[in-house]
Amino acid sequence: MIHQLPGLIVIVPLLASLAAAASGWVNRKYPFIIAFLALSFTAYASISMLIYTAGGNVLTYHMSGWAPPVGISYKIDALNALVLTAIQIIALINLPVSNSYVKYGFEKKEAPFYGLYLLFITGLTGITATEDAFNLYVLLEVSSLTGYALIGMGNTRSPFAALNYLIIGTIGASLYLLGVGYIYIKTGTLNMTEMSLMLPLLKDSSTIIMAFCLCVAGILTKAALFPMHGWLPGAYSNGPNASMGIIAPLTTKVMIYVLIRLGISIFGVELFIESFSLSNFMVNFCAIAIIAATLKALYHTKLKKILSYIIIMEVGYMAGGFFLGNSDGTTGAIIHIINDAAMTFCLFIAAGAITSKFLEEDIRNIRGIFEKMPFTSLAFAGGALAVIGIPPTCGFFSKWYLIKGGFGAGQYLFAGALIFSSFINAVIFFRIFEKSFFSDKNHHKTPENLQAQNINTNKQISEAPLSVVVPLVSSLGLIIFLGLMTGKIVENYIIHLI
Amino acid sequence: MEIYEIILKNYNYWIFIILMFTGLYGVIAKNNIIKKLIGMNIFQTSIILFYVSLSAKLDGTIPIITETDKHKPDTLIDAANYMNPLPHVLMLTAIVVSVATIGVALALAIKVYRTYETLEEDEIRRKIASGYTGEN
Amino acid sequence: MKTFARITILFCLGVFLWQSWDFPDWGDKDSPASSHLSPYFAKNTMKDSHVPNIVSAILADYRGFDTMFETAVVFSAGLACFFLLRRKPPKTKSKYYRHLPTGITVKITGEGKEPSKDSKVFRQIDSLWTPYDLIIRKTTQYIIPFVQIFALYVVAHGHYSPGGGFQGGVILAATIILFAVSRNLVAGLRWVSEKAASVSAAIGVFIYAGAGAMCIVLGKVFLNYEALMEVFGTDSVMARYYGIFVVEIGVALAVTTVMIWLYYNLSSSGKHDEGL
Repeated sequence: MIHQLPGLIVIVPLLASLAAAASGWVNRKYPFIIAFLALSFTAYASISMLIYTAGGNVLTYHMSGWAPPVGISYKIDALNALVLTAIQIIALINLPVSNSYVKYGFEKKEAPFYGLYLLFITGLTGITATEDAFNLYVLLEVSSLTGYALIGMGNTRSPFAALNYLIIGTIGASLYLLGVGYIYIKTGTLNMTEMSLMLPLLKDSSTIIMAFCLCVAGILTKAALFPMHGWLPGAYSNGPNASMGIIAPLTTKVMIYVLIRLGISIFGVELFIESFSLSNFMVNFCAIAIIAATLKALYHTKLKKILSYIIIMEVGYMAGGFFLGNSDGTTGAIIHIINDAAMTFCLFIAAGAITSKFLEEDIRNIRGIFEKMPFTSLAFAGGALAVIGIPPTCGFFSKWYLIKGGFGAGQYLFAGALIFSSFINAVIFFRIFEKSFFSDKNHHKTPENLQAQNINTNKQISEAPLSVVVPLVSSLGLIIFLGLMTGKIVENYIIHLI
Repeated sequence: MEIYEIILKNYNYWIFIILMFTGLYGVIAKNNIIKKLIGMNIFQTSIILFYVSLSAKLDGTIPIITETDKHKPDTLIDAANYMNPLPHVLMLTAIVVSVATIGVALALAIKVYRTYETLEEDEIRRKIASGYTGEN
Repeated sequence: MKTFARITILFCLGVFLWQSWDFPDWGDKDSPASSHLSPYFAKNTMKDSHVPNIVSAILADYRGFDTMFETAVVFSAGLACFFLLRRKPPKTKSKYYRHLPTGITVKITGEGKEPSKDSKVFRQIDSLWTPYDLIIRKTTQYIIPFVQIFALYVVAHGHYSPGGGFQGGVILAATIILFAVSRNLVAGLRWVSEKAASVSAAIGVFIYAGAGAMCIVLGKVFLNYEALMEVFGTDSVMARYYGIFVVEIGVALAVTTVMIWLYYNLSSSGKHDEGL
């Protein structure tokens, strides 16, 4: 059974999405049940594959029975299994959250919503598991199209933001396709393992260098590295709460996984290290990206926009950590993929709950979150501490590896940017804690403040529904759990990759 | 006549590059949303042209095995007579993907038009900045 | 802004043009792309699956997994447009009916009594209605059946000539869209309702994925058509032949119905009351 799992983990959500979309005509409740069953199965599958690959074992699966390079093959090694597990667990935990928002917002459209949700997860799973470069492009487009549609149903600003995302995202994916074409024209194969064997012989060809630049540029556009990040704040801050729970944590992180896969498996680390000027340039570039994103997060006051810029900053961490070229940096980047997925999930769900209950997007106008929504605010605080990087949350460990890698490679600008952004994050979040969590008892009774307090007390602001709170609290637990398990994760999985 | 030979050998790649940058210019510099979508479509089409043009072979025929070759065992079929079929297959997929993308893009453009009554990007940004919620 | 864009694009154009010197010549038979992997396909399609059309064999057999996800992309585009656009028209909008014997068009606003749906005398038409046009009606009435037969021919002969599921599916969808364009959207909806289109699209993709899943159930890897030997009762080569045919049917069904579904949602911007 374990040998059929790499294929099943992609097929089961696909079949389930078809069943969910078609069953909506029959009964409104079926799509949710189908989605829940499918995602439970994939979560179980990914955990069992994770246990199997713990010592460095590899699972391969040849689709249609043809061995590569004639056919398409899926390969699960330790890196894949980690990211797969992260995707499936977040998708499963997000399901009750989406269900509660779908009931309010999209009354009659649960069936297409769950169909698109499952197709999105199928796309991301396939991107993570595949070993064929063109198959990656097709699955990238599956997840992108469903992502655009899921974002486009938010508030009035969201179709324009989704359209912007569509145009920039499609250009990024097409650049990746062009890069694959350049590799194909020189090697004649589309399989990643074969490419990694043939490419070191062709190292000096300008086509391969151009292919590398194109692939990396395309993937980083979809991962929202500054300055190709223009689509992210608009799309993520205006999207509907039901779907931001999976889109925000997962999209950019899976793209960073693709970047690491391109580097480790296809092009080989020599191409990075030997062109040492490239490594320098990219690391400094990422450092500038981190600083710029942090300053923008400081400037904005809308809660979700702040979180969007924090995502851009995290992408800068991961990309920079990978381009450092030493094992500490890559370890930090890989751990940060998983940690950041958990942190972003927690923060976005909490922010969604807060903004939907208070009906207000701007942080300056929100008061008294802690009294009205204790659990949500606790989860938000936990996520914020993880972003800042305080032990024992997982954010501390990934930052530790990244800073260690930065000093080890002599990239002081990058390490300095990391520390600087930690401080600025602390400022941002403590400002939120101070102003919004507690209502001011000693405030001057100016008419403006009375007005603000009246608005907040008149509405029936209660705690978010149980289906939102439980996933929030569990994600907080996950953050702490991941922090404690970091040592084990590093030993068992990542060492084998580098 | 070396320049002449170089041009004759490579001009299909030049055409694809010029098309690609025409499309990219359309996406970046044009203001109307539909023009941007057309530019994006030209960009994708140029990449499809690149793949298909690299599958061509001099004196090759379409990749369908002819009647005379059908009965030969596989060692006697000369693959050099047939065009390279793999890029054709990849591009069938890419064409369908580009059509699907345009479909979703047009649906989003309809939604944008419903809210803002215009498709010019600078007007929409101005309306967003001034807090226009529009009629749904 | 525009000049900056122009300068950047010209610079990148120059870089790409300079780099294209390194490419293999156009039409070279010994380029790596043409000599590494492709000869295997040309030599072995007849031996492995008895299908002369190499492109169809690769599309549905060797790289069939990609094609399944391509069909999933098409389905997700249809589902996305439905999700984004579909809404009910406001109740106060007036409906138009055509009285068939005399050709008179009747407009009924909100509170009037509407003819029943099965009425043989009154038929609903779009709000953007046109007068009865003999030439268009008769021309399309005669063209559509022949084009549909051609579409089915293209699907079925994907093994021997250029064609296959995608191409035939699009032609078939074009006939139904022609019907809807030349008459009314409501007439098109009467022929292929939206519920039928969406469920058929799901069934089409399900045929493809289900054929692959059945291969797993029967013991082999996903989409390995050899596992269907017992189902078809033939040897492994012909099992691949029939397997390719089955998935092409699934693809054609999915593509046809999704194109129709997309047309319904995009042309009426979701309200399904008036078309192009």
